[in-house]
Amino acid sequence: MLVRTEKLKKHFTIGRGQTLHAVDGISLTIDENEILGLVGESGSGKSTFGKALIGLHPKTSGEAYYDGERLPKRFSTKDHLHYSKQMQMIFQDPYSSLNPRMTVLDIVGEGPGIQGQQSNSEIRDKVAFWLERVGLSADHMSRYPHEFSGGQRQRIGIARAMIIEPRFVVCDEPISALDVSVQAQVINLLDELKQSMGLTLLFIAHDLSMVRYVSDRMAVMYLGSLAEVGPSNDVFFDPQHPYTQFLVESNPEPDPNLERRRAFKPIIGEITSPVNVQAGCRFADRCPKVIDRCRVETPELITLSGARQVACHLFE
Amino acid sequence: MDTILAVKDLAVEFATYGGTVKAVRGVSFDVTRGETLAIVGESGCGKSVTVQSLMGLIPMPPGRITNGTATLNGKSILNLPAAEANKFRGVEIGMIFQDPMSSLNPTMTIGDQIAETLKVHRGKTDQEAFKIAVELLERTHIPEASKRAKQYPFEFSGGMLQRAMIAQSLACNPAILIADEPTTALDVTIQAQILELMLELQRTENMSIILITHDLAVVARMADRVAVMYAGQIIESGTVDDIFYRSSHPYTLGLKQAMPSNTHDRDKSLSPILGSPPDLFKPPVGCGYCARCPYAMAVCAEHLPPTTKISESHEARCWLHHAKAPNIEELHQLEDQDAG
Repeated sequence: MLVRTEKLKKHFTIGRGQTLHAVDGISLTIDENEILGLVGESGSGKSTFGKALIGLHPKTSGEAYYDGERLPKRFSTKDHLHYSKQMQMIFQDPYSSLNPRMTVLDIVGEGPGIQGQQSNSEIRDKVAFWLERVGLSADHMSRYPHEFSGGQRQRIGIARAMIIEPRFVVCDEPISALDVSVQAQVINLLDELKQSMGLTLLFIAHDLSMVRYVSDRMAVMYLGSLAEVGPSNDVFFDPQHPYTQFLVESNPEPDPNLERRRAFKPIIGEITSPVNVQAGCRFADRCPKVIDRCRVETPELITLSGARQVACHLFE
Repeated sequence: MDTILAVKDLAVEFATYGGTVKAVRGVSFDVTRGETLAIVGESGCGKSVTVQSLMGLIPMPPGRITNGTATLNGKSILNLPAAEANKFRGVEIGMIFQDPMSSLNPTMTIGDQIAETLKVHRGKTDQEAFKIAVELLERTHIPEASKRAKQYPFEFSGGMLQRAMIAQSLACNPAILIADEPTTALDVTIQAQILELMLELQRTENMSIILITHDLAVVARMADRVAVMYAGQIIESGTVDDIFYRSSHPYTLGLKQAMPSNTHDRDKSLSPILGSPPDLFKPPVGCGYCARCPYAMAVCAEHLPPTTKISESHEARCWLHHAKAPNIEELHQLEDQDAG
């Protein structure tokens, strides 16, 4: 395995003695050359987990390991410099994640520039290579972000992460802001890069169909904790946790016959607040199969069979 | 069938600093009572501009309706003065938007905003209107409606705000509800709730819905009929089954192939549509899609394809349906052979 977290927590203090439990004890492993999909509703803490993992947020408690090395609790500038050669991130919003006052050359070339040991002309050649590689043109180097469409900007973001030739990339909703036809372009590019560079990806998204398609394994997050982990097809086609079942049932399919056959009552209620979370299952308030124990005791991830894990008292 | 809304040859353009954008270029469709018409397309295809021009929501200038007619129950509704437009806006046609947070007034309580509709259009008193507003919130399944009616938009979640918007749009029992990307900003479980609510209300009120969306999966769940828009034109229209199972325009086919289908074979790779939509400052003379179309022929770049009737309910705007054109099925087989 390349990446491992153990009871990783990230809490935010939000004043008046209140604590927001964004990530509340996540234990996950990601194997070398694997795509792990992380799904969940907004507010479930999936982006915060990705950021805490690569050091963009200091961890509240728990551990994260990269290639056997224990990552520091709070990254110093030196740590960032060291680990950014290995770990990179692609952001959700291709509009706000590129500095509008920098040219594409500056944006994509910034990483190798900071890493040092390369002359300007070497960096230039590298940027040209990577722009071509992600399907843009080397001539685009002198342009500014506003001159590109959303899909093209996302490619700039990908080139910026890949030029470092990292081993592990956190993709935070890389396709949510894009149109359907362009989503497929970006997904195919990520898949191709994974194959050719042997990348390991944490793919964060809320589009269940896309995550199933892209990832080898899928982890379902709810209110800062994991509900279910397993091979993508198993989790999608045979969900075990009541929350995963609802998620899959809610997910519309582009197939009218299938939709007409669907006998489905939407889940009642909404994701509750992650502020001052009490003990017990996070999903208990909305769960149709809730038992008394769920309200007092927090379920741990238990292994069902092989690679499948679920955090639910019904399976104990 | 009972046609409520008929739109014919609608064309809308915007004068901008960089020139004139031809956002909608000749769009025609009908809506009959009780049905859901989905208008699908990517960003910039003109789907929102189409419905906004029907509602008189296009700022003019810079916008301009250059051609076309739209009639609601036989009465023309295009280019009306505001006082005239207000007689049908929110009364006969209700509308909900993608972002409920920015579509509601942050300084008014939810109940007062709904009540306002009733006071303006139905001449209700403050008290009557507020009472009906609470009932409307109950009908959209907002828990503790009488308490929630006294709250402000910031105290509502995204899903609850969309419910409140729907409650407001239902205030005058409209014949048509226009929903412009109603669930795009919502999570999938909340989306399921809102879609279910819309279907329920459609059944009880026998209301027509025009659903604007980019999401084919939402279309499959909701629509009776579908119009696919590209570069300001409807390029294919038909029943939901026509569009999904008998797609007859290369763009519709392309959209379907760009989406993962949830079958076990993970290895079948997605086929993206290459390139990007045309620049509507200088719309192409021929077919808007021809630069991205894998089947494009010489004629496509030079002449706008006519709308061809494929069956009673199904139309497509593509030269491949011309008598002299090669058969699209044959093209598919050729492609499969290449791939194999």
